[in-house]
Amino acid sequence: MFTTVLFYLFAAVLVGAAVGVVVARNPVHSALFLVLAFFNSAALWLLLQAEFLAIALVLVYVGAVMVLFLFVVMMLDVNVAALREGFARHAPLGLVVAGLMVVEMFQVLWVRRLGEPALLAHAQPAAVEAGVSNTKALGTLLYTQYAYPFQLAAVVLLIAIVAAIALTMRKRPGLKLQDVSKQVAVTKADRLRIIKVEAEKRP
Amino acid sequence: MIPTSLADFAIAAPEVTLLGVACVVLLLDLFIGESRRGWTFLATLLGLALTAFVTLYCAPADRTVALGGLYVADAVATVIKFAAIATMAVVLLYSRDYLSARGLLQGEYLVLALFVLLGVMVMASASSLLSMYMGIEIMALSAYGLVAFDRENPIAAESAMKYFVLGAIASGTLLYGISILYGVTGSFDLNAVQAGLEREVFFGGRHIGLLFGLAFIIVGVAFKFGAVPFHMWVPDVYHGAPTSVTLMLGSVPKLASFALAWRVLAEGLGPLSHEWHDMLVVLSVLSMVIGNIVAISQTNLKRMLAYSTISHVGFILLGILTANAEGYTAALYYTLTYVIMAAASFGMILLLSRQGFEADRIEDFKGLAQRSPWFAWMMLMVMMSTAGVPPFVGFFAKLYVIQAVLNAGMVWLALVAVLASVVGAYYYLRIVKVMFFDAPAERAPALGGSPAFRMVLSANSLAVLGLGVVNGPLIALCQQVIPH
Amino acid sequence: MELIQQLLISVLGFDAGSAATTANLLWILLQILLVTISVILCVAYTTLAERKIIGWMQLRLGPNRVGPWGLLQPFADVFKLLLKEVLVPANADKLLFLLAPILSLAPALAAWAVVSFNPTFTIANIDAGLLYILALTSMGVYGVILAGWAANSKYAFLGAMRSAAQIVAYEIAMGFSLVGVLMVSGSLNLGKIVASQQGGLFHWNWLWLFPLFIVYFISGVAETNRAPFDVAEGESEIVAGFHVEYSGATFAVLFALPEYANMILISLLTATMFMGGWLSPFDGLFSASGIFAWLAAPSFLWLGIKTSCFLFVFLWIRATFPRYRYDQIMRLGWKVLIPVTLVWIAVEGVMVWLKVGPWAVAAAAAVAS
Repeated sequence: MFTTVLFYLFAAVLVGAAVGVVVARNPVHSALFLVLAFFNSAALWLLLQAEFLAIALVLVYVGAVMVLFLFVVMMLDVNVAALREGFARHAPLGLVVAGLMVVEMFQVLWVRRLGEPALLAHAQPAAVEAGVSNTKALGTLLYTQYAYPFQLAAVVLLIAIVAAIALTMRKRPGLKLQDVSKQVAVTKADRLRIIKVEAEKRP
Repeated sequence: MIPTSLADFAIAAPEVTLLGVACVVLLLDLFIGESRRGWTFLATLLGLALTAFVTLYCAPADRTVALGGLYVADAVATVIKFAAIATMAVVLLYSRDYLSARGLLQGEYLVLALFVLLGVMVMASASSLLSMYMGIEIMALSAYGLVAFDRENPIAAESAMKYFVLGAIASGTLLYGISILYGVTGSFDLNAVQAGLEREVFFGGRHIGLLFGLAFIIVGVAFKFGAVPFHMWVPDVYHGAPTSVTLMLGSVPKLASFALAWRVLAEGLGPLSHEWHDMLVVLSVLSMVIGNIVAISQTNLKRMLAYSTISHVGFILLGILTANAEGYTAALYYTLTYVIMAAASFGMILLLSRQGFEADRIEDFKGLAQRSPWFAWMMLMVMMSTAGVPPFVGFFAKLYVIQAVLNAGMVWLALVAVLASVVGAYYYLRIVKVMFFDAPAERAPALGGSPAFRMVLSANSLAVLGLGVVNGPLIALCQQVIPH
Repeated sequence: MELIQQLLISVLGFDAGSAATTANLLWILLQILLVTISVILCVAYTTLAERKIIGWMQLRLGPNRVGPWGLLQPFADVFKLLLKEVLVPANADKLLFLLAPILSLAPALAAWAVVSFNPTFTIANIDAGLLYILALTSMGVYGVILAGWAANSKYAFLGAMRSAAQIVAYEIAMGFSLVGVLMVSGSLNLGKIVASQQGGLFHWNWLWLFPLFIVYFISGVAETNRAPFDVAEGESEIVAGFHVEYSGATFAVLFALPEYANMILISLLTATMFMGGWLSPFDGLFSASGIFAWLAAPSFLWLGIKTSCFLFVFLWIRATFPRYRYDQIMRLGWKVLIPVTLVWIAVEGVMVWLKVGPWAVAAAAAVAS
């Protein structure tokens, strides 16, 4: 009962925040609505006893990804008026697309309902026993059954890093950079020249 | 649950080796100076040779499913992997001069190329939708990076953006389909999916949810293949990317697309073949017709070859849609031979290009016969083969596919295919005409290319003739690996 | 504690069934109140301690006018701040400007929910406690960013940008060093992490995870925006950074309270993860029945002492080091701390594999039992 109330509360805020992302006039507000949406979906996951996923969502998306997002959005100084131009004109099309998406979502639910028992052996997950940590369960799965795709996911991240660095890092001339290893490796001979000066002779 | 231990990864030795090679190249490049990039290049080629060796050496005699049911090692996988490794090696050999002339020969380029190959290999060995998707992403992500690699070129950046956005949509569509399929069958495992579907079909079920998921998966596959009407990215990306990248995208990923279609449609969703048959017919006919007709009006050789690719994809799909062993064999044969031809034709563009000049317009080939008779004849053979003229290998590829379609009783499809290839012959022959009967442009310099490049390209072109004249072994290999 | 719970049930006069849940709820609320008030009091006296200690280090006396030895100074400060007017700049984003302090305060206090104060007392004894704390400390940055942005002021905005980049960079090093702790203890629950260090001074994590211990503490200092990582404020460059436009109560809530609460939390967590938390350093030295038994027993006393020591280090660092330049901060985070943690995680993996270190003994015992 209490859980149901909580579910509807979080779900309502989630939907409201999602709408806010789209309609907010200021991109910074949009980004913040997105943070709120993430937070509420994390809360929904908590209600499903998926605490690891919930906290990971907050940690990764709210704590890191959205911070960088905000960083960029704030730096960009987007021209809001220009961005909003034609919003009303395209709104009907957008609504049609949104409507289609909603229908599709329902299709998925409906598809699941259609599934015959033979095909849906997993339909009802068993209730989680107390004392079973789903962090541990996830870890066990990831490192045994799904070790292969898990490693592949790591490769995807590696590719992303390599590609991002290859595409963005450039050595511009005239860039003032401090090279610590060079500074440390400096020897006396590089910087200091000892000149023998003839001693002044007393007349 | 099947526990996985470190030793289980031995079955994935080719992928593990390649990943190791990529990491070694990445690190090696850090310590090798700008002036000695050649060593990185050499290391890459050696790594490819090592991977090829491991692929052949570690290939199990029988079909083996391992790593928690996510990895399958069988003959088809071995053939596709070996072909992909060989193609990638050839592609890199062709690209070297082009890249170093433009300052693009960097360690990251080679590493990303190796990762493209890794993606292809993962896809070839995927026995689960999960590992298949990971393979697709590995390949696509590296490909986006490669297309944008020439940062100074705004056209490349634009085409990379298009590729990225459309590729992301394709991935999304595929994932959506996969999620529905998962919802209905309760498994990512292609074998389990197949078993579930067989039961379903056996009991006469015509599951609307399955069709729904299937449609999305087909759209995703068509996007990756570049089949009409999901082809819009192909010409732009082929045109905008550096030619060396176009060469790579035009050849290696086609093997991956075949692997994707084979694993997901033929193996996993095989019991639904009566459903996806019709969808593929539409894709295939549209690809053959539109690809060939639009190609006629192109003046840019890269764009023309892009549309030609689309039409060839139509033929590959034609083989797959028969949903029998003969058709699959023909499709595999077509894919393998197409990759050889594509490598040769883009290789020619690379050969003619030089610093600050892209030989990617058809008129750049004017009078090639006078400038370099040898390579003009080579190009002639490649173009004839791509058009499907006997006795070149392209003819036999088309022949087998059409035969398979006829044997499956679809006469009108075979007719469309024949007509489409007749239309297609026009623009291939136009290149031949330009090379042999037009006067060369003024101040056209001599052909570049290192001896190794020239030799491999010649060998590649001669292979088009050789495999055509002696076409038995390759088709026999394809027949052997596709289970009946 | 049990006693109070019983008392609550009897005083409120509920019968056993439904009353149990209501009383339970009230009991939890009471615990939260208890911890929150203690934290706020600690914050108040930390500010005093900071001024006093830095004063002594600089051969000054520090505040000594309000109350004996200046002991009432924090209250004077609080009253002063609360009575001042809250100014909102003309072109500020009003809602966010007022929301920022709350966003900054809420995670700083909420993080205390999973802290293990002694072997039996934790408000929420959840399994993913460590992750929860990481998630909440990373939330704190929103207060800073929004404060800087909403004020619509150049200096505030610069401070916010610096803070965002800095916190993202140091959070990775922090997370990685906690991964090391996690590998050793095999649990994300703070109580279990402490319990896994049982066995005396040399069984605590600081010895075997020394690099991670140092990295964690440095990242902690950076994460709380304290000197020498206080570029987000940087008085000498950007006036006061993100909180330049704040005044009165909003200033107190935005800046003082969360910053000091986070400092205490980081000190407490360092003690918990690496210094054996509520375990006694004299563990096993005194017999359980002797007059000094309380010295060897685990209790809040030890946690308090350890936390205070780390808190002192915070102040000591502030009095000693000059502020880092911005690019130096970034370099330290990305190029020094993260590689150090990565290397040590690998080393630790080998140690776990070869069963070196105190945890191997404990693990073997766990397997045997």
